[in-house]
Amino acid sequence: MSGWLAILVLWPLAMASLIAIWPKLTKPVALLALLGTGLLSMVVFNLPNGVWALGGWARPLGIGWRLDEISRLMLLLTGVVGMLVSLYAWWDSALPRSFWVLWLGAWGAMNALYLAADVFNIYVTLELLGLSAVALVAISLKAGALQAAMRYLLVSLLGSMLFLLGVALLYGQYGQLDILALATQMEPSFPMLFALVVMSVGLMAKTAVFPLHSWLPLAHGRAPAAVSAILSALVIKASFYLLMRLWLEVFAPIPTLALVYGVWLMGSVALLWGAWQALSSQQLKPMVAWSTVAQVGYLVIGLGLLAHPNTPTGINTPEGWQWGLLWLMMAHALAKSAMFLAAGNLQQAAGHDRISDLGEVMRVQRKTLFAFGIAGVSLAGLPVSAGFLAKWWLLELGIFHQAWWLVMVMVVASLLTAGYVFRVLNVALNKELKPVIEHAPVMIPIHAGRQWVVLILACLGVLAGLQAQWLWGG
Amino acid sequence: MIDNSLWPLLIIASSLVPAILIFFIPENSRFLRSAVNIGGALIKLQLVVLLVLGIYAGEVYELSWQLLPGLDFRLQIDGLAVMFLLLSAFLWLLTTIYAIGYLENSPNRARFFGFFTLCVSATAGVAMAGNLFTFVVFYELLTLATWPLVVHRGTEKAIAAGRVYLRYTLIGGGALLFGTVLLHSFAGTPSFEPGGYLSAIDLPSWVLWSVFVLLMAGLGVKAALVPFHSWLPQAMVAPAPVSALLHAVAVVKAGAFGIVRVMFEVYGIEYADALGMAFVLLVLASLTIVYGSVRALYQTDIKKRLAFSTVSQVSYVALGIALAGPMGAIGGLIHIAHQGLMKITLFMTAGNFAETLGVHKINQLNGIGQRMPWTTMAFTLAALGMIGLPPMVGFLSKWYLGIGAWEVGAYWVMAVLFASSLLNAAYFLPMIYRAWFLPAPAEWPNERRLSPHCETHWMLLVPPLVTAFTVVALGLVAGFALGTLGWVQWLVEQEFVQ
Repeated sequence: MSGWLAILVLWPLAMASLIAIWPKLTKPVALLALLGTGLLSMVVFNLPNGVWALGGWARPLGIGWRLDEISRLMLLLTGVVGMLVSLYAWWDSALPRSFWVLWLGAWGAMNALYLAADVFNIYVTLELLGLSAVALVAISLKAGALQAAMRYLLVSLLGSMLFLLGVALLYGQYGQLDILALATQMEPSFPMLFALVVMSVGLMAKTAVFPLHSWLPLAHGRAPAAVSAILSALVIKASFYLLMRLWLEVFAPIPTLALVYGVWLMGSVALLWGAWQALSSQQLKPMVAWSTVAQVGYLVIGLGLLAHPNTPTGINTPEGWQWGLLWLMMAHALAKSAMFLAAGNLQQAAGHDRISDLGEVMRVQRKTLFAFGIAGVSLAGLPVSAGFLAKWWLLELGIFHQAWWLVMVMVVASLLTAGYVFRVLNVALNKELKPVIEHAPVMIPIHAGRQWVVLILACLGVLAGLQAQWLWGG
Repeated sequence: MIDNSLWPLLIIASSLVPAILIFFIPENSRFLRSAVNIGGALIKLQLVVLLVLGIYAGEVYELSWQLLPGLDFRLQIDGLAVMFLLLSAFLWLLTTIYAIGYLENSPNRARFFGFFTLCVSATAGVAMAGNLFTFVVFYELLTLATWPLVVHRGTEKAIAAGRVYLRYTLIGGGALLFGTVLLHSFAGTPSFEPGGYLSAIDLPSWVLWSVFVLLMAGLGVKAALVPFHSWLPQAMVAPAPVSALLHAVAVVKAGAFGIVRVMFEVYGIEYADALGMAFVLLVLASLTIVYGSVRALYQTDIKKRLAFSTVSQVSYVALGIALAGPMGAIGGLIHIAHQGLMKITLFMTAGNFAETLGVHKINQLNGIGQRMPWTTMAFTLAALGMIGLPPMVGFLSKWYLGIGAWEVGAYWVMAVLFASSLLNAAYFLPMIYRAWFLPAPAEWPNERRLSPHCETHWMLLVPPLVTAFTVVALGLVAGFALGTLGWVQWLVEQEFVQ
């Protein structure tokens, strides 16, 4: 059983090493890596829950692995989205070979992170993930990208340091690091509150929660499209997943009303500020990146709603409310990866990504445009889509806590989201729009498979909105 | 035979599958696209006719599955749904023929017909939605499917109109969603049932009222209730078949239909009356009726005048419901079908005038009856029906609304109806007078010979003639069991028996 888990982590890492050693084999090995890892995550999704000791070393000494409903879903999400984005990248000849080494490394690190059973191993995988993500941003070696990567590096290191500080505090208090053991022993105390806050700040910086978000629009806006999709759809989800584990499991008795209101406030400002920036952005990729800043607001609001002392649910209760947060992550991952990849198609074909000048390209790439549209529908929480169910869940929980202002903010934010999505679609449909900058109507051809990948990702986000029972049924 | 629970899916699929096919049919395969279009419409009509017979024989068609804990996605076909389905299937067939003739040589037909057909699937979903949640889903889908049609021409003006349309409908959709979730938190989301389900639960009155206000704001946008109506006249920039569909069946009717569902099958009309909500709706609808008619009077553009007339006429539905008596309910419900038939005729004929002769303004209508007698005849019949003259169907609506108002003692509503009829006459009769009795100009603004024999292309001429014929014929036979009146009487009995 644990063999599958080990393969899931080692397979992408092994393939990454192969590519590093034999550059000539990049294409076939990459294909092998992406199909293998994707399929493995589906195998693991069907394994039973359990806790295993790696290499037979018993806990708390050895490295423990753990599979439960939540990690299993995160692995599947990473596997499916990762596989599709990799396919897109496979057809993108502009990406250098180092992309595959770094991305497969990051993929392995994410899989290990979701499987890790103790907070120190989590720290190790988090650091690995952070470093490869930073390197991915810098991959084009352009000045703007390097500058963005530098900022991302600082934030990422700071975040990891704060997390490590929290790990040390936990170890000092309870003498162990195992998540399950910590969760059973946790009692409210000031040092633990402090540990939660410190670790949360670190992880929030990595997740780009307002006001720690300023690195994200740069990093995600300037990286190649496939990288942006990976970062926005998957990498920030990894640190958010840890936030979820900490707030709802390890530190479950700690979050106070003040903390909950704090994250609600951060989330609300993120929603409005991010949407505002996206609305006023002149370029497509920065717009999509700002949209991530906004959508992260929904994630932390959802976290606050679940962590609220009055919510009658922990992380594993049958009420089903905790599934909403996972659902929200899934909805965002599918929609956002589709949007970034769509933006990449348009940008590469047109040679630029000024929104108001993209009309011509969008009318040619109809599949890409349609995918962008329905991904936007899911992002804005309009039916039928995964995002719609996620919004329903958020509103229901908000009304449960009678947090009316929060409900209003969420409704307004989804209208603003629709605003920036339709702003792009308007350009596609407007035949009288004059280009801001005249340019030769050269259209660089894009591999047809890349349009299909985008469409599949977007359609997955829509179809999920019709059949949610497989997840919410528990 | 097919399992009854599959019927709702078949109905949706009969327009969803053609829609997806049409998106993939190359722009120039005109024949193939038209075949898929009309084939889909015919299959759908056939299915719906079978359904009508099934419902009449007492069959139950429903399908539901759990989406979230405590929340079902539910489709069910009841008498009300099947009436709306029949109306949309019938008018869709005619509008499709009309649209094929209308958009013959314009660009982006694949996109147009794809969304056009998608829009009909969404309308079918609105009709069959079995609970408030499912209704919201399809109601919003309808917004998304109609937007590309409104902006289809791609001009700055069209884009601006689309922006206004989206702003109104999405904000309205937000209110509707909020109201629905709010109600769900307190009362769950059971399926619609005659007599409503809220009277059995003891809810605080602030919840009942906030939900009511939110739902009516959301539904009122599409139903073009004052003050949420201003998107409608602007959306007139869309191609004529779109305006016809928007005004007669899809968008405004989805709003009106939603009001019927909420008042009858969520609150229950007697409960809503006891709480005072019916009165609020009555006042709102009356205001809209008078306001729309007055504004229509001042328009010089044919389509704009028709648009304001829609604002006014759709509120007859809400008015009939809000009267909270069986006769009023009959008047309101039959008007869903009757207004659809009459208004689609008016829009298609207006489109014919514009397409064949370049006539857009009311003062250009002089003598048009000599040049296009058949089209003008259809226009005249529908307009007289709108005023409420027998034997056209419009008379039946107004007759029952009038009796309904008298029955519950709301005499001021009778005055509103009377005033509205006068105003209708005041803005329709001059148009009819110009068309038939004033001399034609030497030259039309932009005349095109679309057909060697007829006054215009046959695909543009046949649909409005069919609907105009229906307007008269249905007015004569409405009382039979399967006529609109007979059907609606049967529906209203169910509601008021409780």
